[in-house]
Amino acid sequence: MIHPTKLALSSLLSLGLAILSGNLSLAADPIKLDPSLEQVEKSRVESVARAVPSAVSVFVPGGGGGGSGVMISPDGYALTNFHVTSPAGSFMRCGMSDGNVYDAVIVGIDPVGDLAMIRLLGRSDFPAAELGDSRAAEAGDWCMVIGNPFLLATNLKPTVTYGILSGVGRYQYPSGTLLEYGDCLQTDASVNPGNSGGPIYDAEGKLLGIVGRCSFEKRGRVNVGVGYAISINQAKNFLGYLRSGRIVDHATLGATVSTEPEGGVVVSNILESSDAYRRGLRYGAEILEIDGRVVQTANDLQNVMATLPNGWRVKMSYRSEGKTVETLVRTMGVHLEDELLKKMAGALPPPPPRPQKPDEGDKDADEKDKDLKQDSEPEKAENPPRQRGPGGQRPGKPAVKIPQQVKDQLAERKGFANYHFNLAEQNDFIDALRSQYPAGAQPAKTSANDEKLAWLITGETDRTPAQPVRIQVAADKMSLQIGQETLEIGKRSEMYDVVTDGTVAGLLPALDAWRRMLDAGPQKFGESYYMGTMPLGGERPLRDVMVGIAGELEVRWLSHPKTGAVEAIEVFADRDEDPAELWLLRDGDPKVMPNTLDLRYGIDSILKIKVKSWEVVPASGLDWSPKSKNANNAVDGNSTLIDGTSQTTSKRDEVKA
Amino acid sequence: MNRLAAIALAVLFAAGGAGLRAEAPLGAWVRDAQKRVVKIYGAGGLKGLEAYQSGFLVSPEGHIATAWSYVLDVEPVVLLDDGRRFESKIVGFEPSLELAVLKIEATDTPFFALKEEPTVDWGDPVIAVSNLFNIATGNEPASVMQGTVASVTDLNARRGTFKTPYRGKVLILDLIANNPGAAGGAVIDSDGQLAGMLGKELRDSTTGVWLNYAVPANALRTTIGDIIAGRKTTVIDAATAMLPRKDSHNPTALGLVMVPDVLETTPAYIDTVSTESPAARASLRADDLILLVNGQRVDSQRTLRSLLRTIDRRDDVELTVQRDTQILPVTLQP
Repeated sequence: MIHPTKLALSSLLSLGLAILSGNLSLAADPIKLDPSLEQVEKSRVESVARAVPSAVSVFVPGGGGGGSGVMISPDGYALTNFHVTSPAGSFMRCGMSDGNVYDAVIVGIDPVGDLAMIRLLGRSDFPAAELGDSRAAEAGDWCMVIGNPFLLATNLKPTVTYGILSGVGRYQYPSGTLLEYGDCLQTDASVNPGNSGGPIYDAEGKLLGIVGRCSFEKRGRVNVGVGYAISINQAKNFLGYLRSGRIVDHATLGATVSTEPEGGVVVSNILESSDAYRRGLRYGAEILEIDGRVVQTANDLQNVMATLPNGWRVKMSYRSEGKTVETLVRTMGVHLEDELLKKMAGALPPPPPRPQKPDEGDKDADEKDKDLKQDSEPEKAENPPRQRGPGGQRPGKPAVKIPQQVKDQLAERKGFANYHFNLAEQNDFIDALRSQYPAGAQPAKTSANDEKLAWLITGETDRTPAQPVRIQVAADKMSLQIGQETLEIGKRSEMYDVVTDGTVAGLLPALDAWRRMLDAGPQKFGESYYMGTMPLGGERPLRDVMVGIAGELEVRWLSHPKTGAVEAIEVFADRDEDPAELWLLRDGDPKVMPNTLDLRYGIDSILKIKVKSWEVVPASGLDWSPKSKNANNAVDGNSTLIDGTSQTTSKRDEVKA
Repeated sequence: MNRLAAIALAVLFAAGGAGLRAEAPLGAWVRDAQKRVVKIYGAGGLKGLEAYQSGFLVSPEGHIATAWSYVLDVEPVVLLDDGRRFESKIVGFEPSLELAVLKIEATDTPFFALKEEPTVDWGDPVIAVSNLFNIATGNEPASVMQGTVASVTDLNARRGTFKTPYRGKVLILDLIANNPGAAGGAVIDSDGQLAGMLGKELRDSTTGVWLNYAVPANALRTTIGDIIAGRKTTVIDAATAMLPRKDSHNPTALGLVMVPDVLETTPAYIDTVSTESPAARASLRADDLILLVNGQRVDSQRTLRSLLRTIDRRDDVELTVQRDTQILPVTLQP
């Protein structure tokens, strides 16, 4: 007797078999896959394989969460989010898909752009991602996010999610002024807590951006199909700044704009102290283009500005009273320096909750262990009071032991995430400076050991008729002779004046700073630091920028990233005025004497000198003409010394009009 | 001239043979769809009620289909893909489809032509274009997501699970399409045809699961066509004259006691129904919301009163009311 259920079951089974045999017959006649489809699938697999090795899983030592990151250079530099590194401070542990855990040290942070650079230690052949071009990306492009969602990658194998770009050029408001996502990418590839800081790649496995944000709202902290990534092109703008070990700020024009009803971005307010104002931008002017990008709405401009670092000088064009003006503009910081540090301390994600015991007294070892365990639960932190030492380790929290190799690359200093990396860049700078002209010509003549050396530069102006030029730069005195007239600076304070007055003598402080930097090196020059990279005159490639502050003057050296050749020296007397810019033109090799010195204020060249000789001579051998005039008196007297001076005057009138 | 026919004849758009080419970027497919999707701004902005949603163009003359929602409680503002901004008028709505049609004063707008037959089945790839979370501001193109139709099914398999008056088939999507602001967005098949309209956010009342779904385009087609053609407009006919008070209907005589009219646009909710009244005979109840009177939209109690003033007291009054998630046609006989 067969039980009815069994009968039903057996008939189900036979049905199953029928289906199975159906499949078998299919297998005998294999499904023809479109070869293009096969190719597509194969290339996708390859892309994932190409991308996965550069993904980094970031873990905060001692618990307290973590996130993701992406390796961008074989020597260990990786990008992640500021909000991922901030709970860790200066030290974290990072896993890669090779199954290894590496110690990592903080390099630089960008709290406004939510970026951080870290360096993984222990290898010089890390698999690095190939940087793509996020400006070329479009809505509908396939993309993948690889990382450490929910900190699942405890086996160090990152998670891959796949989707498309839902939008590009998106703007997501900052909280306060930090964590602003401008010109960012939006994707429907799954992005969850823990993906923060990790890479988003295009379909070929090129790096498109750094994932860091989601829209969540009412469905809880899990993906709802909307993740955002900082564009890699924005990150590229900041790589140099981040490598400087600094805490970096973003840019603003110093103007507010609005979108006109019939289109166009129009200035609605502008700071008179801004460089944009000095370049003639006024209320009612229509901004057309900035940093090479056309802007048609206030949103467009906000997007472009959000991707620029503080202090960059970029191209700008605007239309005012029927005239189109192409110019350069120096951006200002979103924050004052101390303001950023203060806000950053306030914006740091709160430390993970700590058990509040009513009878909290001295903690014994056991309690500290519990504390650590609690810390290891991510995403639970709400709003406990924030306390943080400068190094990022929380006071009162059992100190995480920082490995020696991390300590070796860690140096604390106010305003810096890690001064160690700044020092390294300073050393690179001075090495490059000392290996280029005229340093190579240093001991030009055998002189007594204690004899002070000076520079003697001769040449002629590029105007017709050409006038002979003689420049003398010694430690305590310098002069510029053009034709029959001589301007002389005998006191340091006069250097400030020649720059604020915008005179041709402005090239003397620039040359003096160079000579002194060579002599003294960054540590003795004054307050010196490596700033990062920025365009020169609005043009890429990005130049390395070294800053030296001595007395009232701030001097910036802009050097070519490949050759290390100094291409321009900017001397700022007052932050709200145009610096004196000394541009150096050479025929390539930095070891060769520059052939032209070009002094500029604003965007105007006021003196161009064809260099004939540039010698290092004993200071005693210089010729200080008795009839030479004080450089300032010459200007104050408004004499028509040389065509350069009169031009200067007209330039100033124009700016202050 | 039958406008609907004209629309049906109008050339759709070059979808570029946009079959789902796995790794090829979806560029043209996406871009063509984005151009037909609009952002809609209206009432809301309080208590988690977003003041925005999505919509899509359904005629070359600026007709826009969208989800019928509180956002439309004020005359909404529409932003086209090209950044142009328009005041819009609600020309029709169908509560049982949760559908509204807006009209803007624009011509030669790109639009979706609606097909009579379903264009997708389960397993078909689709993209969803909407302004979810209002991410796309100004002239930014709407957000696009991709996925597949997971199932074509009925929502009301278990009554009350999902709070919606819609009773037809839905496309269940495997992408997280139905987010705040996504309602009224377009779901597009791989040929670039409109497959459906993203519905309002729905959450399973027992499990708390959020549903990702769209109302199929073919279910909306007739109604949208009727509204565009003027056969089913809910716009109040301003030409109809008011009758003297004694000759017209009024809420009291019909047995309708409305909730206190304290706002400029107090919704036409019934507070109580007088016994032995036409309303009582038609089984109207407290908390019923009057949506339409003789096919014309009731946006407030004031509108209700003035509409009743245009109807002879000896004539029937056709009402459409919403009772919880049900849309009911009701005839009041004097």
